[in-house]
Amino acid sequence: MSEIFKGIEPMVHNSKISVPYSWWAGDTASKFFISLRDARKIIAPRCGKCGKVFMPPRKVCPTCFTENTDWVDVSDEGTVVSYSVSRRQLEAIPGDKKVPVIWGLIKLDGADTALLHYLDEVDPGSVTIGMRVKAVFAESRTGGIRDISHFKPVK
Amino acid sequence: MAKRVAIVGTGQTFHKSHRPDVNGQELINEAVQRALADADLTMKDIDAILIGNMDHFEGINYVDCWSVDGCGGVMKPVIKITTGGTTGASLAIGGYHMVGSGMFEKVLIIGWEKNSESDTTGAITTAFDPIWDRQVFAGAISGLAAEAQAYMARFGASDRDGARVSVRDRKHAMNNPHAQLRKEVSLEDVLASPMLADPIHLLDVCPRSDGACAVIMASEDSAEKICPVPDWIWGTSAHNTYSYLGDGDWGRLTSMEQCAKEVFKKAGIKEPRKELDVIEMYQPYSFAGLIWIEDMGIVGHGEAPQFVWDGNTDMGGELPVNPSGGVIACNPIGATGLIRCAEAAMQVMGKAEGRQVPDVKFAVSTGFGGCMWTNMLLHGKRKPN
Repeated sequence: MSEIFKGIEPMVHNSKISVPYSWWAGDTASKFFISLRDARKIIAPRCGKCGKVFMPPRKVCPTCFTENTDWVDVSDEGTVVSYSVSRRQLEAIPGDKKVPVIWGLIKLDGADTALLHYLDEVDPGSVTIGMRVKAVFAESRTGGIRDISHFKPVK
Repeated sequence: MAKRVAIVGTGQTFHKSHRPDVNGQELINEAVQRALADADLTMKDIDAILIGNMDHFEGINYVDCWSVDGCGGVMKPVIKITTGGTTGASLAIGGYHMVGSGMFEKVLIIGWEKNSESDTTGAITTAFDPIWDRQVFAGAISGLAAEAQAYMARFGASDRDGARVSVRDRKHAMNNPHAQLRKEVSLEDVLASPMLADPIHLLDVCPRSDGACAVIMASEDSAEKICPVPDWIWGTSAHNTYSYLGDGDWGRLTSMEQCAKEVFKKAGIKEPRKELDVIEMYQPYSFAGLIWIEDMGIVGHGEAPQFVWDGNTDMGGELPVNPSGGVIACNPIGATGLIRCAEAAMQVMGKAEGRQVPDVKFAVSTGFGGCMWTNMLLHGKRKPN
């Protein structure tokens, strides 16, 4: 590095900007979250044209481009499509989760797309693609995706 | 009005982990000056500027205005394009469209990043949906890990196969004075490096860099007057796939497959393995060097590990990939896609010096972004029909 400093001490300026955001989930996602929170039930919208069932819920089918008005019940059990194990405690990992954190893409029975969520109550080394898992609901639910605490293997 | 378009000059900084000796505008200026010198042009010759980076990385959201002192944009049209990982490739495709339209004769294209100025993982996390994916997920590596896991399960590849790609790119970087990381590693080094997100080790992935790249494009009206061997753009393609991670076809890069089909069709390329001479791929981690050359149609599904082990993608092999050392050796993210484009252009123009592949007639450069989207350019020595 010495050749680029040319003997001049590099000054640095640290930001004190703070920009907190509030993200509205919208009617479609809110309907899903209310069902999770109040009834521990997983529901999903279905495209009236191609019949695809979307997880996470979608207001409009991305391929048919028509509004999804039907809702169907989706199982709380599903299959692991892919997964990884985070080994570094990054700032962006929620504070209540300690590495190794396992997350998976889970295709719930009755849905056509996978839901991203945590896997737990399982050793990181024994997770496999194709594994059957079941939702564990959080005791305290506030109307977000973490009203499902995690997914655990089906015994 | 449509014009054929060529790259007539390129310039890059010497990319580093951090550049405390210059601010962003000064970094940009280094690349611009080198590109102008390469093409033997001055700012007076430039009709418009395209510039891009990752918004959150430096926290400067009006780079098109803020950068004018460095980019040469005083009293010129300056347009910002920012598309995440593909920013640099999107800039190149945007420049191709502007010159190809016949409305701008010479366009200066700039991609840059000072990754050292913020938390890269935190900034990348802002690219994911705040209500859904971001609640469970962090950074760029996790999505790549899902791809690698699915590929290994579907096609029986191993982490040694991935490591072989990292060994290749890091070796190639030894020939590139602009690369940030220039240190050879062994298979054992890669496999023994810390696990970040299974199955990806530290030495399987790209670093974060400070750097800038500039490319000058001109229409057929002036390209051959500026440059004896211009790099003609034969075709471009860009495809996005989905909004949510759970919608992906994990283990396959469908956007790459679609881009390749389109650009090869434009040039009449039927056997890319034989007809291409070099690939500069936006390959942010090792396993992509297997999966994505299959999706590009170089080899069949599941065949890439053997193809790579046999040395076909090494310098001197049948189809060298990433003579520059690629993204694993150097990654100023907003510039990274444009560096691929510039490196492919240098190969066609015969200006790639110590990393030159002999007699390049066709080269491919790509861009990649976190939700598995792909951009692609096909570069050629011959003027398109």
